[in-house]
Amino acid sequence: MATRSTHERSHEIPPKASIKLGPTVDEEVFGDAYNGQMVRRFIKYVAVYKVLLWVAIAAVLVFTVSSIAIPLIIKSVFDDAINTGSISRSKLSTMVIIFLAAVGFNFVANYLQELIVGRVAERILIDMRRAMYEHIQRLSLSFMDKTEIGKLMSRLQGDVAALQEFLQTAVFAIGDLVLLIGIIGAMVWLDWRLGLMTLTVLPTLFIVRIIWMPYARRSFLRARVTSSIVSGALAENINGIRAVQGLSREHVNYDLFDIRATDNLKAANRASKFGVMMLPIVDTLTGAAMAIIVIAGGFFVLGGTITVGVMVAFVLFVQRFFDPIRALTMHYNVLQRAMASGERIFEVIDVPVEIADKPNALDPEEIDGSIKFENVTFGYLPDQPILKNINFEVKPGETVALVGPTGSGKTSTTALVHRFYDIWEGSVKVGGHDVRDMTQASLGRHVSMVLQEPFLFSGTIFENIIYAKDDATREDVIEAAQAVGAHEFIMKLPEGYETLLQQRGGNLSLGQRQLISFARAIVADAKILVLDEATASIDSYTEMLIQQALARLMEGRTGMVIAHRLATIRGADRIIVLQDGEIVEMGNHNELMALGGLYARLYSMNYASFDDIPDELIQQAMQDSQGSST
Amino acid sequence: MEGTSSVGVFMRITRMALQYRQRLFFGLVSIFLASGFQLAIPILIGSAVDAAQSLEGAETVISNGSVSSAVDSIKGVFGEGSNPAKTALIIIAVLLFVASVGRGVSAMFQNYVGESVGQSIGYELRMLYYEKLQRLSFSYHAGVHTGDLITRGILDVEGVRMFVQTALLRTVFLVVLIGTGMYLMLSEDLTLGLISLSFVPFVAWRATAARLKLRSNWYALQERLSALTKVMDENLGGITVVRAFQSQEHEMKKFDITSNETLALANVQVGIRASNISMMGLAFMLAMAAVLWVGGLQVIEGTMRPGELVQFLAFMSILLQPVRQIGMMVNGYARGSASGGRLFAVLDIDPEIKDKPGAKDLNITSGTLEFHNVSFGYEGEHTLNGISFKAEPGHTVGIVGPPGSGKSTIAHLVPRFYDPIEGHITIDGQDLRDITLDSLRKAVGIVEQDTFLFMASVEHNVAYGDPWAPDDRVELASKYAQLGDYIERLPGGYDTMVGERGVSLSGGQRQRLSIARSILLKPQLIVFDDSTAAIDAATEQRIRAALTDLTKDRATIIISHRLSSLMHADEILFIEAGKIVERGTHEELLTQGGHYNDLYELEIRPSEDSSRSSDDGGAS
Repeated sequence: MATRSTHERSHEIPPKASIKLGPTVDEEVFGDAYNGQMVRRFIKYVAVYKVLLWVAIAAVLVFTVSSIAIPLIIKSVFDDAINTGSISRSKLSTMVIIFLAAVGFNFVANYLQELIVGRVAERILIDMRRAMYEHIQRLSLSFMDKTEIGKLMSRLQGDVAALQEFLQTAVFAIGDLVLLIGIIGAMVWLDWRLGLMTLTVLPTLFIVRIIWMPYARRSFLRARVTSSIVSGALAENINGIRAVQGLSREHVNYDLFDIRATDNLKAANRASKFGVMMLPIVDTLTGAAMAIIVIAGGFFVLGGTITVGVMVAFVLFVQRFFDPIRALTMHYNVLQRAMASGERIFEVIDVPVEIADKPNALDPEEIDGSIKFENVTFGYLPDQPILKNINFEVKPGETVALVGPTGSGKTSTTALVHRFYDIWEGSVKVGGHDVRDMTQASLGRHVSMVLQEPFLFSGTIFENIIYAKDDATREDVIEAAQAVGAHEFIMKLPEGYETLLQQRGGNLSLGQRQLISFARAIVADAKILVLDEATASIDSYTEMLIQQALARLMEGRTGMVIAHRLATIRGADRIIVLQDGEIVEMGNHNELMALGGLYARLYSMNYASFDDIPDELIQQAMQDSQGSST
Repeated sequence: MEGTSSVGVFMRITRMALQYRQRLFFGLVSIFLASGFQLAIPILIGSAVDAAQSLEGAETVISNGSVSSAVDSIKGVFGEGSNPAKTALIIIAVLLFVASVGRGVSAMFQNYVGESVGQSIGYELRMLYYEKLQRLSFSYHAGVHTGDLITRGILDVEGVRMFVQTALLRTVFLVVLIGTGMYLMLSEDLTLGLISLSFVPFVAWRATAARLKLRSNWYALQERLSALTKVMDENLGGITVVRAFQSQEHEMKKFDITSNETLALANVQVGIRASNISMMGLAFMLAMAAVLWVGGLQVIEGTMRPGELVQFLAFMSILLQPVRQIGMMVNGYARGSASGGRLFAVLDIDPEIKDKPGAKDLNITSGTLEFHNVSFGYEGEHTLNGISFKAEPGHTVGIVGPPGSGKSTIAHLVPRFYDPIEGHITIDGQDLRDITLDSLRKAVGIVEQDTFLFMASVEHNVAYGDPWAPDDRVELASKYAQLGDYIERLPGGYDTMVGERGVSLSGGQRQRLSIARSILLKPQLIVFDDSTAAIDAATEQRIRAALTDLTKDRATIIISHRLSSLMHADEILFIEAGKIVERGTHEELLTQGGHYNDLYELEIRPSEDSSRSSDDGGAS
């Protein structure tokens, strides 16, 4: 159906524009309504609130029983009090008191069930989200590298909400089930013939429901999928608003959005039709049941086989009879959705934490700041090593520059110092300890890192510089900012250090963001600093500031820099030239120049930065240097 | 934003709903029918009880009631000889069935109208919101978090939709139902009627009180949820930083704080809802108990028929469900007004930049851009001051200066992302503020430093500004931007997906894609806003060479901090603190020996004095 409707509109859709966005249908497809394993795992999260939930279930039961009791009491009023003459007045009072007691139970139970179920469900929502979020924090970067943020976000938000709904539903479903059984039981107990006659409408309802269900489900699903497509399109447009306005694409986007929104409108209306369709069906059956009660029950009353109270009770029961059935079939949808959501949530929670602390991992207070790579081989995909048998050592206080063409393994080398990934062979040692023997927290304390693209969080500049170092003082922050030369521009901002950053630091220039990230690294005050120099050329003023800042940053620290700037490279104590995952040259600038290898050739091309050099020239240089060395 | 009064919000939503007159009329008819059928049911049940108990009672009811004529006609069918009580029961049963079916059918229409009007309003709001966001100027977008805008567009539209769907029409239904029910009960028996309805004022009071509390709660909750989204989104986006600083604990703390705030608010909401629902239920049940007692006494005294009492009780049990729904509706009202307030707050913003009434399309004669004494800034603080220059077709103007000097602002003024506060900008003598934005932005191609990739194929991304462009134009633009070879080497060629779901492009590749995007449109005027920073100098050279043909009759503005990018410009402006401090060609500026010359020295120094400084470095 989707293809046909797209085809019909094809004359409006520009040929080079995408319509489909957001989750695909198969991602949303319903699974089973019950998955035992899923429920058992979910129960673990629920079990924390065992006591509360038992109280809630008890409340639900009390509520249900008192709801069933009320028509029965009314029946007694009619049969015992009204019809039996002179003592009836006191009996009526008794009945009313019993009724009031039932009302009291009903009230308290109602309050408790709503309150406890609501609050526990909220609590579990948070627990599940927290569990998933915390797990994500521990997952290795190789998982994060290949996972979309949007997808994780929808699991953290939409899917946990579906489970919350499930919990609420599950507790109330117990009540509905009890209510249904209670009503059927009460009716059969009051008069089995009339009860069974009334129940004859039930199979019809089930049959109708069974026919209705697959169609309705498909239409509900379609409404949900189209709705998430609309949301995806909206989100993308908001994120890319500058490109949209700059390229004046507003009209096209409006039309495309209209197509999606209209699609959703149609799907939602269709789903509504299926939803409301049940109303006349249920009411027809209620009518039929009432007609049966009036005729059969009335005849029985006339014939004296039942009292009028029984008939009254039946009529009152039948009004409530279909509610639980309706609710239970609705619950069915919620269950299915919850199972699908649960699967997606547990899929994340089940991703093994590849990099975890050893049981007795070291947490040294002080380390000497040395780095040692011994026969390190590593890659992201099996059989595709990125680093091959790397050996080098960085002495405490030394600064080493890593250079080499794109894809030569520079970034991977720095990532290993931090144990973002585990190596295949060999060992990486920091301060003399194998990184696998240290706690990750201690690595974080001793090794700080400045990324190529500075990432800033929402919040003030102060908060960004102090970041995770809670014990740093305001003086530390200002000192760090002064050291990297950021203090001056920060003070020029309207609120100085308290200036709120826009999203991703949008109100600062790239260079300024870089300086802030330097200051952040200084505050973190680690022995070892790993730095990935920005490739994008920054204006020369900031560039100068950054070079000076870099020098400050390196003072008294061991430095490992992925260097792109010649100035940085020359300033390093040692240069490691990587190519295709292997160290091809190592030494200081002069030594390497004297060697006349790849480095010398790249350097002699006189580009301002090694990353400026076009691919083909690098190829050339590599061939040349290979030629000359053999 | 809370200032948007809740009454105002409802009025606006209602006004939107009123556009769907036909459907609403239909809905109203259904409401009256549904209420009628609904209320007929207890009357019929009452009659049934009387009929079953005593022949005379039923006869009285039936002959007194609205159904007497029907009884007469059916009596004819059954014949006078049949048992009149049984006949009455059968008639009542048939009528009950009919009323029940009628109730179901009219309820179906009523609900459908509610839902479809809700959907239509949701659709309309979505479109309005989308349109508004596309129109709002850069200064607005820079100041809000995208997550917040997305939340509004999704959750708040949903809030309003749910309000229309579940609350608006249902309120009318409840008023009609309870109103008619009141009238019937009161006219039947004043005392018992009053007792039955004693719960109404209490419920009304609770509902109003709770709505106000819930409204502010929804506001706060929605706001906190946005904040939580922000925390999580930034954590995932900056996960490498989080790892590098091993700040998971810090991040968990941030998460927990926000998360617990939402929990606290949600708990308050649950509390209000629970006490509300149960109190309303209690009030209702107490009224029922009173009816049972007073009515029971009357029946005992013989002043009331049992059927009448049953009728009252049936009335009440029919009202039970709607009364329970009031709790839900109150929540719908509260959420609807909070959500509506948040949405209208955005919809009501007047975009700073928009077409003047009667704005004309830009009429390009030669394509000359001119800045006349342009100043820009906020609150008296000027970031640009008296900028004047002219960019003629075939000429290139280079703009250079320290960060924060206002270079990018100049670029953003050309496509009117902002308006100058003093002076004016013209293209071929037409003030930018007098021409339509659309025609202006079609004429001006701006290539920005950051490139947003849409989740689509490379081809769709390049053709973003003109999705009707034929393949060869897309390919040519990519080739000019020195991206063609790369794209052809991709596994899917031009159909390869990019963006979050697709292959990731390097900074330089993204910028080249952005250039391809702009030149595909063959704009009359091209502004490069530091858009080659991540592109290597040689590639940039080749891009420029490829573009000579395109730019020979067009004006080009290049903003860059890399002098090699703009050395060749016909005029170079050196900007400092919002002012042009030096201007001229590369050679002229060098001979002036001013800032530009200093910058030049600074930039080329590393390569010139390389041997010397490295000797020093090597020796130490």
